[in-house]
Amino acid sequence: MSQLQFFLALVAGGLCAAALALSLVTPFEQGLLLKAFLALGFLSLIRFFVPLGLWADGAFAVLGAVAVLTAIGVFAPTPAFFWMALIAAWLFAWLFVERLSKALAPGLADNAGLGLLIPIVFGVTILVAWEAITRAGNVPQVILPPPSMIWARITASVPTLLADFQQTFLKAVLIGYALGCGLGFVVAILIDRSPFLKSGLLPLGNFVSALPIVGVAPIMVMWFGFDWPSKAAVVVIMTFFPMLVNTVAGLNASSAIERDLMRTYAAGYWQTLMKLRLPAAGPFIFNALKINSTLALIGAIVAEFFGTPIVGMGFRISTEVGRMNVDMVWAEIAVAAVAGSVFYGVIVLIERGVTFWHPSVRGA
Amino acid sequence: MTRTLPLIIVLIAIVAIWYAAAIGLNAQWQNDVYRRGDVTNVPATQFVLDTWNQEKPVLPTAHQVFGELFKLTVLTDPTKPRSLVFHAWVTFSATALGFVMGSVLGIGLAVLIVHNEAMNRSLMPWIVASQTIPILALAPLIVVIGFNIFTGTFGIPTDPARLMSKAIISAYLSFFPVAVGMVKGLRSPEAIQLDLMHTYNATPNQTFWKLRWPASMPFLFASLKVGVAASLVGAIVGELPTGAVAGLGARLLAGSYYSQTIQIWAALFAASILAALLVIAVGVVEKLVNRSMGARPA
Repeated sequence: MSQLQFFLALVAGGLCAAALALSLVTPFEQGLLLKAFLALGFLSLIRFFVPLGLWADGAFAVLGAVAVLTAIGVFAPTPAFFWMALIAAWLFAWLFVERLSKALAPGLADNAGLGLLIPIVFGVTILVAWEAITRAGNVPQVILPPPSMIWARITASVPTLLADFQQTFLKAVLIGYALGCGLGFVVAILIDRSPFLKSGLLPLGNFVSALPIVGVAPIMVMWFGFDWPSKAAVVVIMTFFPMLVNTVAGLNASSAIERDLMRTYAAGYWQTLMKLRLPAAGPFIFNALKINSTLALIGAIVAEFFGTPIVGMGFRISTEVGRMNVDMVWAEIAVAAVAGSVFYGVIVLIERGVTFWHPSVRGA
Repeated sequence: MTRTLPLIIVLIAIVAIWYAAAIGLNAQWQNDVYRRGDVTNVPATQFVLDTWNQEKPVLPTAHQVFGELFKLTVLTDPTKPRSLVFHAWVTFSATALGFVMGSVLGIGLAVLIVHNEAMNRSLMPWIVASQTIPILALAPLIVVIGFNIFTGTFGIPTDPARLMSKAIISAYLSFFPVAVGMVKGLRSPEAIQLDLMHTYNATPNQTFWKLRWPASMPFLFASLKVGVAASLVGAIVGELPTGAVAGLGARLLAGSYYSQTIQIWAALFAASILAALLVIAVGVVEKLVNRSMGARPA
C-alpha cells in the first residue's frame, strides 16, 4: 500500500467514524442507509489488519453515493455528518481509482474495459457531488441547478430542444462544415500544384488560424439574413483555414523516396495523388476534421447571438439566460455537449477505418 | 525575398478582389441612392468611387476600414470610450488575466497527470471530451451568473466583476491546449535520460526541475501560442451577451445593432491585430527563455 493509499484509507475510515458518532444524536430510524454506510466505512479500518480487495472500496463508494443521494432532505438543516459522509464516499471512490489504476498499470492494452471504468467513476463522482451539494446545500437554482433538475427539463422540453437542434446542428453546422471542409480540401489540392500560391497562401492561412474569426458573425448575419445560411457561412469561414493548412501539410507528408517509387512505376500526377499522397495525408486531414467539428458548433452557436429567427441553440441560450431560466440553458448545453461529442466520435471512428495503417491507430 | 514575394502578390490580389467585390455588393444601394436623387447618367468612374465610399456599405473597402481604424486609434484620445485603444485594452486585460489563469491551471493539471497514474486515467479522457463540447455556449451563462455572484455574494465592484467573468471563459478556453501540450512535454524526456537521472540518485523533485521541466519548454510555448489566441476569442465572445459597454466584442455587437458596417470591420481588424501582437509577444518570450536556457540560434 502506497503512502497516498494509506492516507486516503485512514482519512476515509476516520471520517466515517467521526460522522457516525455525530449522527448518533439523531433518531435511529432517520437516514438508516447513510448510517449503515458510515458504520461500514468505519469498519473498513480493519484493512490495516486484514487486507481488503480493491472492489471492496468500489462497493463502499457506490454504497456511499447511493446513501448520500437518498439522505438528501432527510435531515433539516443539513448536518455536518452528511457532508462528512459525502467526502468519505468521494475518498473511497478516489482510493478505488488509485488502486485500480495501480493494478492496471502493467498491462495497458488488455484491460480496455476496466480502463474505461476509471474516467466513468470520475464523471459519476462529479455528478453525485454536484447533485448533493446543490440540493443539500440549498444552492440557488439560478447559480447552479442540480443535474436531476436539468434532466427533468430535458425530458420536459424535448420538442423545443429538437427544433433548436435541427436549426443549429442539422442545418447550420452540418452544411457549413461540409462546405468549409470540402472547399478547404479542394483549394489545398489546387494550390498544391503551384509552389508560388503555396508560399503565398500558407503563411496567410496560418495567420488566419490565430485570428478570432467568430467576429465575422455580425457581418455574415448582415449579408445572409437571420436564418441558418448566415450561420453556415460563419462555419464555412471558420473551418476553411484549418482544413487548407492541414491538407497542404498532409500532401507533403509522403517522403521523396516514396514519390520516386511512384515515378519509377510511370505513375501520373493523379495516380500519385490518389494512391500515395492522399492516403499519406489522411492523418492530417482527419486532424483538421476533428478540430473543425468543435469549431463548427462554436461558430454556429456564437453566430446566433447576433440575431436569429426564434429558434436555435445559441438563440435559446442567450434568451433563457436573460430570463434566468438557467435549467433550460443547461439542458441546451447538455444537448450541445452530446452533439459535439457524438460528432467528434463519428469522425474518430471513420478515421480508424480509413487510416488503419497509421501507428497512432494501430497502437490503440 | 523568394518567400515574401508570393505573399505580397497574394495580398495584393486579395485587396483587388476586395475592391472589386465592394463594387458589386454595394451597387444595389448606390443605384437606389441615384434613383431617389433622380441622378441619371452617372459616369462609370464616379459610380465606382461612390460604391467605395458609402456611409453604411454592405462591404466597406480597405481604405474605409483602415481610415476608421487610424482615426479611432491614433487620432482619438485613448481614454475616451470612442477610442478603439480603450476597447482593445478592456478586451486585452480580460484575455491576459484569463490566459494566465488558464495556463497556470493547465500546467498544474499536467504536472498532476504526469505524476499520478490515477489522475491521468481519470482526468485525461475528460479533458479531451471537454473540448468536443462547444464551451463557448456556456459564455452567456458564465458571464451573467458569474457577474451576479461576484457583485452579489462577494460584493466586488462591477468593473472587476465583469473582468473576472470574462477571464473565466478565457481561462477555460486556454487551459486545454496548455494541459495537453504540457503532458506531452513533461513526458518527452526519453527513458535513457530518466535512467541517467536515476543513476545520479536524483530525487523526483530534481528530476522534475532539471530534466522534465526544461524538456517541456518547446511544447509549452507551442501550446501557449494556441492558448493565447483561444483566450482572445473567449474574451470577445464573453463581451457579447452582457450588453457590455466596453470591449471589442461589445463594439462588434453595437455595430451589428446599428448596421455600422465600418465599425464592425474596424473592430474585427483591431481584434486581429491584437491576436497577432499576443502571439508575437509569446514568441518573443519564447526566444528570451530559450536564450537564457543556453539555446544557440539555429
